[in-house]
Amino acid sequence: MHPPSLWQALHQRRYVLTGWPWRCALYFLTSVPLGAALLVCLLVLALAGSLLTVVLVGVPLLLTLVLAGLPVAAVERRRLRLIDPAVPLADAHQEPPRTGPAAWLRTRLQERATWRELGYSLVFACLLWPLEAVVVGTVLLVPGGLISTPLVMATAGGGEEARVLKLWMVHSYPEAFAAALAGLLLLPLLAYPLGLLAAGRAQLTRQFLDVPDHRADVRIKELSRSRMRLVNAFEAERRRIERDLHDGAQQRLVALSMTLGLARLDAPDEPLAGLLAQAQGEAKAALVELRELIQGIHPRVLTDRGLGAAIEDIADRSPVPVDLDLDLPHRLLEAVESAVYFAVCEALANVAKHSGATRAAVEARAEKGRLVVCVRDNGVGGADGAGGTGLEGVADRISVLGGHLLISSPPGGPTSFRLQVPCTPAPAR
Amino acid sequence: MLRIVLAEDSVLLREGLVGLLERFGHQVLAAVGTAEELTAAVTQHVPDIVVTDVRMPPGFSDEGLRAALRLRGDNPRLPILVLSQYVQRAYAEELLDSGDGTGVGYLLKERVGNVEEFIDALRRVSAGATVVDPEVVRQLLRHRRDPLAKLTAREHEVLALMAEGQSNASVAAALHVSEGTVSKHFGSILAKLDLNLSDATNRRVLAVLTYLRG
Repeated sequence: MHPPSLWQALHQRRYVLTGWPWRCALYFLTSVPLGAALLVCLLVLALAGSLLTVVLVGVPLLLTLVLAGLPVAAVERRRLRLIDPAVPLADAHQEPPRTGPAAWLRTRLQERATWRELGYSLVFACLLWPLEAVVVGTVLLVPGGLISTPLVMATAGGGEEARVLKLWMVHSYPEAFAAALAGLLLLPLLAYPLGLLAAGRAQLTRQFLDVPDHRADVRIKELSRSRMRLVNAFEAERRRIERDLHDGAQQRLVALSMTLGLARLDAPDEPLAGLLAQAQGEAKAALVELRELIQGIHPRVLTDRGLGAAIEDIADRSPVPVDLDLDLPHRLLEAVESAVYFAVCEALANVAKHSGATRAAVEARAEKGRLVVCVRDNGVGGADGAGGTGLEGVADRISVLGGHLLISSPPGGPTSFRLQVPCTPAPAR
Repeated sequence: MLRIVLAEDSVLLREGLVGLLERFGHQVLAAVGTAEELTAAVTQHVPDIVVTDVRMPPGFSDEGLRAALRLRGDNPRLPILVLSQYVQRAYAEELLDSGDGTGVGYLLKERVGNVEEFIDALRRVSAGATVVDPEVVRQLLRHRRDPLAKLTAREHEVLALMAEGQSNASVAAALHVSEGTVSKHFGSILAKLDLNLSDATNRRVLAVLTYLRG
């Protein structure tokens, strides 16, 4: 269980009896010397840096100034635990991609965290600590002064008189003890504004030093990049397999079929001719299967002629008649063409297999940096994008490219399958 | 005997084809492995027919087809037989669009296994016929069930002659009508076959392909 936060503690009745007010006071008390020291350091660095820039020695000094936020933030993150121990602030910095001071420096200078920390340091040094000094001074000195009245009276005042908070004089012990009593009563009262201010201060520190969004952004960026790399690698592998099958197995089968054909010319006798014909038939069947396999891996026409021609090609092959309305004036990035092609394949395959449709239509147009593709049919509907179907795979591939897939397929139909992908024209191939 | 320039990048297949062609008494003037060499060989030898693969070095894309189309551009009467690993309508259409669509062939590679049919196709292309692989035609026409039934006898004749690769002028001469009449017939053929693509040349090709199936 997390320790309760300062806010929660402030709501509790026994707040003044807990350690919280003291922790707050300690926090502000430590702020003052730290802030003062920081101000001096920053001033010295800034002054010396600017003056010495002329002789170049100043440049590293100014750089140090820029990076001054790093140690300050490290200290402040620890110190924050005094008043905000629930969720300790994590280090907002990234690991440099390489070892060595140059990489470290580059990473730090490019990070938002570094600049936020510098900002925090400046605010702390110039603004916060004097305010905190006033706060902690008031909270400790006013009741302290009141409480110590009898003591002052006994010592400095010689039992005759004492000046309370330098404001008024008391001349008797009852008065002095009354002042002390007032101080004792004031102390728990002041603990509340102290707690409130400390809570605000903790919030401010978090605002500056915690950058969870940024860290998540970085992680998401890296994840999408690696996903994209995986898809590209997968794509390259498909093309390699296609090439290997084409240049190897397919050519050999054609040559085999041709040799068998020649052999048949020379073997008119029945048993042999029949066997050769049979062998040739087998070779041909293997070729047809291989051709279809290759088509499913990566169709050649997609590489050579682009998405439009490839969609025409699958429409030609579809057992359900397909009306086409394509407006794809230029080639698109390979990854986009490929993902969209396989998406349309899957959609048309579903139309043929499940929809019972008698007609389908494919529309595709690229405009304003987006490719919009729509596949419709007049079938019975009920298609489902989830549940481990091919459509899910299609949606994944499209989402890698920053696009999305919408399927509308009410029971009774019709089904409409619509995808959008950001696209840019591919560089000329 | 045909004088042939052959382009095929797979050595195995190239040697096999050379053997096959020579076996049937044809002369292979050059058997090359790249599109560039193909262009050079055709310029040098002026063959009766070019037999080429689609996919060739250096890009292993459609260099063979491109080279063939360029050669047709230079010499529209040069017969070309393209062997392809795939049925690709775009390839077939471009080929049939080149010159006046006569003396071209687009066959799946595996047809060479049927050696006699292959040699016959070769002969027909070199004689000016248009030969399209039945697989291509089948694919194109899957959705157009019996489209020819709607045509009149005269339109059938016109389409038949066009399918042989004849120009409007020669169709007109053969049928003893004017060229304008041929165009009119062709227009009504397109309408009846529901071929409403924008590019007139492609419509012609599709009409021809339609006929080839029938």
